[in-house]
Amino acid sequence: MANPLKCDFCSKPATVHLTKIVSNKVHKVDLCEECAQAKGVTDPSGFSLTDLLLTTALTPESATSSAKCEQCGFTQADFKKQGRFGCPACYDTFKGMLDPLLDNMHKGITHTGKVPRVALERKSLYDRLTKLELNLTDAVKSERYEEAARYRDEINQVKQAFSEKPAR
Amino acid sequence: MTINSLIDTPCELTDSASNKTAIVLMTRVRLARNLAGKSFPGWAGKAERASLLETCRQAVAATPQMKRALNVAVDELTDLERQILVERHLISRELSGSKGGGGVVISKDQTFSVMINEEDHLRIQVLRAGFQLKKAWNAINDFDTGLEEQLDYAFSPTLGYLTACPTNLGTGMRASAMMHLPALVIAGQMEKVVRAVNQLGMVVRGLFGEGSDASGSIFQISNQTTLGEAEEEIIKRLGSVLNSIVEHELNARAKLMETDARKLFDKIGRAYGILQNSHLLSSGEAMNLLSLLRFGADLGVFPDTNRAVIDRLFIEAQPGHLQHAQKGEFEPTERDLLRAARLRTEFANFPRPNFIINGQN
Repeated sequence: MANPLKCDFCSKPATVHLTKIVSNKVHKVDLCEECAQAKGVTDPSGFSLTDLLLTTALTPESATSSAKCEQCGFTQADFKKQGRFGCPACYDTFKGMLDPLLDNMHKGITHTGKVPRVALERKSLYDRLTKLELNLTDAVKSERYEEAARYRDEINQVKQAFSEKPAR
Repeated sequence: MTINSLIDTPCELTDSASNKTAIVLMTRVRLARNLAGKSFPGWAGKAERASLLETCRQAVAATPQMKRALNVAVDELTDLERQILVERHLISRELSGSKGGGGVVISKDQTFSVMINEEDHLRIQVLRAGFQLKKAWNAINDFDTGLEEQLDYAFSPTLGYLTACPTNLGTGMRASAMMHLPALVIAGQMEKVVRAVNQLGMVVRGLFGEGSDASGSIFQISNQTTLGEAEEEIIKRLGSVLNSIVEHELNARAKLMETDARKLFDKIGRAYGILQNSHLLSSGEAMNLLSLLRFGADLGVFPDTNRAVIDRLFIEAQPGHLQHAQKGEFEPTERDLLRAARLRTEFANFPRPNFIINGQN
């Protein structure tokens, strides 16, 4: 072969090739002798391919992006160090890096399970309320009183809906 | 409820006394949940962690399931108390060693526990004795829906519940069963089982989770993936994997009895002798001996009614429980002495093994 496979961790020639099939999906990792030993690959009971895939996806090559989460200041380098994200918004910030990772890690990449209906409804009510209140302030400021009265009525309606769904 | 009264209430690991061949000791389902707009515990600053702890503790304590629950910050617990909670699977080792801002709420009957500021803001858990995957899921689903009335969860329509680690993304659910598989271990088939289970997208671990060994032939089997599949499907798939492991264990038992009964009886008889007479027992050895006696009870060597004692001792022979019972902290060698003494007493009046089963001996 002109281009022998390189180890996913240290770029030495890879001699250990792992293939695992989970739910009809093929997952591959190539390792050199030393890294294979170090990662415990030779001991089938003590190693998890998922952990391995998680870290290989984060080799320096792929971590060139300097994206930073606006919400919490988390960077891709932080993720590489910890294997955990900083806050829920990081999932948007690091979406590009995440997608291939998830495909390897999970059965699918789209959630099909439980949805927190109550919390989502409450959030949409809350968002609507915030928007209406802004509109109301605007309308009052520019002396559009008829409009303002309409916003006020709508706000009262939303608030009533809220009181039926108490939130913390 | 205080930590002392919780510890003094024995925890029922299994309801095996009512179940003939109780291969599945315990079922557990946990959900990872986080609050929208807040940093995950590992990234949050000290002040944010403290305020998260307060918010979560209040919301969790307000649920009907947590009426008169134990509600504590990890800092308020002694090392020994934490260890006991770990041994009962009510908190994780990670939470037990956390730096501050960690908390736990445990229901009075010890079936629900919610860890706060572990890896995620909330780790909700339900424990059920025996093979009760569906019941455990229903119980935790209700609890979670109740909690949602009060807390805004971080959720994405495409990615599901957002968790600190992407391996828990989606349902945030890890369902697991603790299985006693002595025949597969004796027959040397466990490695094969682990490999097969892995291929089905499930994980096998030791008794105390990640990185722990499988002393006592007790294993935890759980789902590996959390995204792309609904909770009920995961539960169903795990259930069928567990059923097939039970079947393999039963086959292995039948085969051992057919080909190697004498060797097996020898092991059980020796375990009985050691538990009645030894003076130094490590917790690993004690687990293995108890496992053999439990196997004996399954085979009819000991009366079925005595299995509950063995199951209780699986937990009470652990270092934390042992030291608590002796009201002090002891070095490992002293513990081994105390453990042997405790087991000698417990087994002094245990029925003698009866090796004549179905006319065979």
